[in-house]
Amino acid sequence: MAAAPFLSGCDMALLDPAGPIGAEEKSIIILATCLMLIVVIPVIAMIFLFAWRYRASNKAATFKPDWDHSSKIELAVWGIPCVIIAVLAYVTWVSSHTLEPSRELVADKKAVEVEVVSMDWKWLFIYPELNIASVNELAFPAGTPVHFKLTSATVMNSFFIPRLGSQIYTMPGMETKLSLLADAAGDFDGLSANYSGGGFSDMHFVAHAMTDDAFAQWVEKARAGEGKLTMAKYRDLAKPSEKDPVSYYAEVEPTLYHDILNKCSDGSTCMDAAVSLAMAKEVAGGDLQLCNPAKPRG
Amino acid sequence: MFGKLTLEAIPYHEPIIMGAVAMMVLGGAALFAGITFFRLWGPLWSKWLTSVDHKNIGIMYIILALVMLLRGFADAVMMRTQQAMASTGAAGPLPPEHFDQIFTAHGVIMIFFMAMPFMVGLMNIVVPLQIGARDVAFPYLNNLSFWLTAAGALLINISLAVGEFARTGWLAYPPLSELQYSPGVGVDYYLWALQISGVGTLLAGVNMITTILKMRAPGMTLMRMPIFTWTTLCSNMLIVAAFPILTATLAMLSLDRYLGMHFFTNDGGGNAMMYVNLIWAWGHPEVYILVLPAFGIFSEVISTFSSKKLFGYTSMVYATVCITVLSFIVWLHHFFTMGAGANVNAFFGISTMIISIPTGAKIFNWLFTMYRGRVQFTVPVLWTLGFMVTFVIGGMTGVLMAVPAADFVLHNSLFLIAHFHNVIIGGVLFGYLAGFTYWFPKAFGFKLNETLGKVSFWCWLVGFYLAFMPLYALGLMGMTRRMNHVDNVVWHNYLLVAALGAAVIACGIGAFVLQILVSVLNRKALRDLTGDPWNGRTLEWATSSPPAFYNFAVDPVVTSRDAFWEQKQTTGAGLQPLPAYGKIHMPHNTGTGVILGGFIAVLGFALIWHIWWLAVAAFAAAVAVGIGHTFNENRDYYVPSETVAETEGKYFKQLTSQV
Repeated sequence: MAAAPFLSGCDMALLDPAGPIGAEEKSIIILATCLMLIVVIPVIAMIFLFAWRYRASNKAATFKPDWDHSSKIELAVWGIPCVIIAVLAYVTWVSSHTLEPSRELVADKKAVEVEVVSMDWKWLFIYPELNIASVNELAFPAGTPVHFKLTSATVMNSFFIPRLGSQIYTMPGMETKLSLLADAAGDFDGLSANYSGGGFSDMHFVAHAMTDDAFAQWVEKARAGEGKLTMAKYRDLAKPSEKDPVSYYAEVEPTLYHDILNKCSDGSTCMDAAVSLAMAKEVAGGDLQLCNPAKPRG
Repeated sequence: MFGKLTLEAIPYHEPIIMGAVAMMVLGGAALFAGITFFRLWGPLWSKWLTSVDHKNIGIMYIILALVMLLRGFADAVMMRTQQAMASTGAAGPLPPEHFDQIFTAHGVIMIFFMAMPFMVGLMNIVVPLQIGARDVAFPYLNNLSFWLTAAGALLINISLAVGEFARTGWLAYPPLSELQYSPGVGVDYYLWALQISGVGTLLAGVNMITTILKMRAPGMTLMRMPIFTWTTLCSNMLIVAAFPILTATLAMLSLDRYLGMHFFTNDGGGNAMMYVNLIWAWGHPEVYILVLPAFGIFSEVISTFSSKKLFGYTSMVYATVCITVLSFIVWLHHFFTMGAGANVNAFFGISTMIISIPTGAKIFNWLFTMYRGRVQFTVPVLWTLGFMVTFVIGGMTGVLMAVPAADFVLHNSLFLIAHFHNVIIGGVLFGYLAGFTYWFPKAFGFKLNETLGKVSFWCWLVGFYLAFMPLYALGLMGMTRRMNHVDNVVWHNYLLVAALGAAVIACGIGAFVLQILVSVLNRKALRDLTGDPWNGRTLEWATSSPPAFYNFAVDPVVTSRDAFWEQKQTTGAGLQPLPAYGKIHMPHNTGTGVILGGFIAVLGFALIWHIWWLAVAAFAAAVAVGIGHTFNENRDYYVPSETVAETEGKYFKQLTSQV
C-alpha cells in the first residue's frame, strides 16, 4: 500500500479549517496537545528508560528495595501537572466563552439567518428572511456570518460541518444556536454527528459557501422549486425516509419552524401556548377554568 | 398467552444471526452432554453453583466475563469488517438494523457483562485474602449478586435468538429509545438486562465495602491496606453511590415505555436532556469504577516484580480518593455540544482536566517504584508497562477533549472512540489481564504458560495500536461514530488498517485461550506448591494455592504495610505450622441464589415480551424463594479443629517437600 492513500493535510478536515471558528478550534487542539506533551513525552521516555535500566538482570544498577518516599519527587509529580493544568484551565475558560456556539459572529456583512430542523433522516433548512427552504443542501454567502437556530422534528441529532468548526445538538422541543462563517467560497461536507436510527448514515448534506452573486442565483433556483412548504407538505416530508434528494421550496409557511419547535406541527396545542396558559392559570389563582367549560366561572 | 412473543420473533432469515445462535446452541449442548457424561452435575451444583466461597464465586464471575468477552469481541470484528467493506460506497454485509444492534450490544456487553464481572471476580478472589478474612461479609448475598449478573447476561444472549436487541447505542438515549421510535423489544431487553444485573452489582458493592471496613485482620489499619484493597473500596463506594442513579433512570424510561409516562418523551412535557444528564451522572463514575481496581492491580504487580516497596503509598491513596470524589462532578463533559452555555461547559471541562493530576501522580508513582528496583519482565509486568505507555496517550486525548472548544469538533467522532478504547483497553482490560495472570496461581494452584502469555500481550498491544490509531486520524478527518456505510477512499484505507488491528487482537485472544488450555494440560509442571510463586508482599500469598476454603487457619496479625513481606523479612519464611488449631466458623452453601436468579431471569423475559401471567408467577416464585430462605436457620457450621490441622498439615508437608 503506497503512502498516497494516507495523505494528511487536506484530508484532515479538522486540521484544515475553512472558517474562523474551525481555525481557533484547531489552534486550541494544537496548543493543548503541545502543553500535555511537555509531560507525556518525558513520561513515556522514563517508562522505557527505568524499565530497561532497572531490569532484574542488570545487577550493576542501584537496588534500594525499601526506598519508597521522596518529598522532592512527590512535589514535582504533583506540582508540574498542576501548573500545566492551570494553564490549560485558563485556556479552557477563555475559549469556552469566545467559542460558545450561541455567541453570534459579527462581520461587516449582515448575517444570514437559517433555521435548521433535523428530521428522519434528512435536514430541512429554512431561510426566514428569504422565505425559502431547502432539504439536504445548505447554501450561504462566504465571508458572511451564518446564524443557525436549530431544533429536531424527531430524535436527537448533531449538526456538524467539520471544516467550518463547532457542532451542536438538535433536540426536539428545544432550540440550540450556532454561528459559523466560511472564509471563502467552497463546498463542505455536513453531517449528523449523533446516531439517530436506521437512516442515520445517509443523513449528510453539502454546505455551499458561495460568492454573493452565486448565492443570489441559488436563492432564485430555490424560488423556482417545489412551491410552498405548507403544513400539509411538511407533514408529508416528516415521514421517515432515507437518501432524500436535494429539494427546494419557493415559499415557507411562516409559523413552520415555530410550530416544529413547539411540537404543534400536527395541529395540537403549541408548547409555548400551553405554558403561557398554565402560567395565566397560576396567576389567576385557580379562578381561571379554561379547560373545564362545564364548570361556570366565578 | 405469550404476549408479544410469536415464532416470527426468531430471525430465521438472518444467516449471520442464525449461525451465531447455532454455535451457541451447539456449544451449550456439548457442555450439557459433557457434564452429563462425566456425571458432573452433582459436583457442579454443590461445589460451584451454590457455593458461597468468595473464591469460587470470583472464578464464576471471571468465566462469565471471558465468555462475554468473546461475544463482545465478535461484535467488534463485525463492526470493523462492515466499516472496512462499506467505506467505498458498497453496502457491506450488515444492513443498518443489524449493524445498529451490534454496536449497541458491543458497548453494553463489554462494559456491563465483560468488564464489570471481570472486576467483581478479581475483587472477590483477592480482597478477602488480602485483608486476612475468611470470606466476604455476606456470603449468600455474594452468590445472589453473581446470579443476578448472570441472569442479565442470559437475557442479552437470548435477545440474539429471540427478538432483537436495542438499536440505540449503548446508553439508549431517548427519544430514540422511547416506544415511538423503538417499538420493538430491543430496548426492553436492554432495560431489564441492565436493571437485573445492576441490582446484582449494587449488592456486590455493599458486600465488598462491608467486608473491607469490618473484616480486616487485626492490625490492618486503613493506611496499611494493600493498594488493590484501597482501590476496591473506592470503586465500590462509587458503585453504591452511582448505580442507584442508573436504576432510577432506567426505571423512568421503563415507566415511559410500559405505562405511557412522559419522563423523557417528546410530548407530554418530557425532556430527553434529563435522561442524558442522569445516565452520565452514573456513566462517568462507572468509568472510574472500572479503572480504579485496574490501578490497584498495577500497583501490586509493579511493586511485587520490582521487589520493592510501592513508591508513595500515601499519595497513591490520596490520589485514589481524589479521583473517587472528582468523578462525580465531571459528567457534563459527555455533552458539551448540547448548548449548556459557556460557564457550565468551562466548569465541567476544568473539573475533568483536574482529574488528570492525581492520575498523573499515580503514573509517576509506578515509575518511581521501578526506579532502583529489580524489574522482572513477567507477563503481568508487560501488561503494566504496555498500560503505562498506552494510558498516558489515552489520558492526553481525554484531557484534550475536556477542553469544550476542542470537543465541539471532536465530540462523537472516531477520535472519541479511539480515546475511550485507548483508556478502557489500555487501562481497564490490560489491568484485569495483568491481574488475571498475577492471581491465577492463587486461584487454581498452577501458573499460566509464560510464552503464550507474552504472545497474547504483544498481539493485544500491536493490535490495539493498529486498530485505534487510525481511528484517531479518522476522527480528525471528520468521520463520526456509528456509521453503517460511507463513501470515501481515504477513510477506507484507514478502516482497512483498523480491521487488520482487530485481526491481530483476535490472535491475542486466541493465544490467551490457548494459554489457558495449555496451562491446564501442563498443570503438574506449572504447579505452585508454596502458595507464594512471585515472592509476594501481601497476605493473599501467605496461604496455599489454592487457599483452603477457610483461607486462614488463624487470623494473621498485621504490623505494617506489605504484611507478608514484612513477615518473611522478620521470620525468614512464610507461615509456620502451629501445635494446635481452633475450630472455624463457616457458612453453608445455598441454592437460593441460583434459583432466585433463575426466577428473576424468567421475570425479565416475561416483562420484555409482555407475558403478564408469567411475570406475576415468576415474581411470586422469586419472593417465595427469598422468604423461604429466611426460614433456613441451618446457615453456618464449625469446621472441626482436626480437619483444620489435617489441611494445614498437608500444606506444610507440601512446603517442606519443595525445599
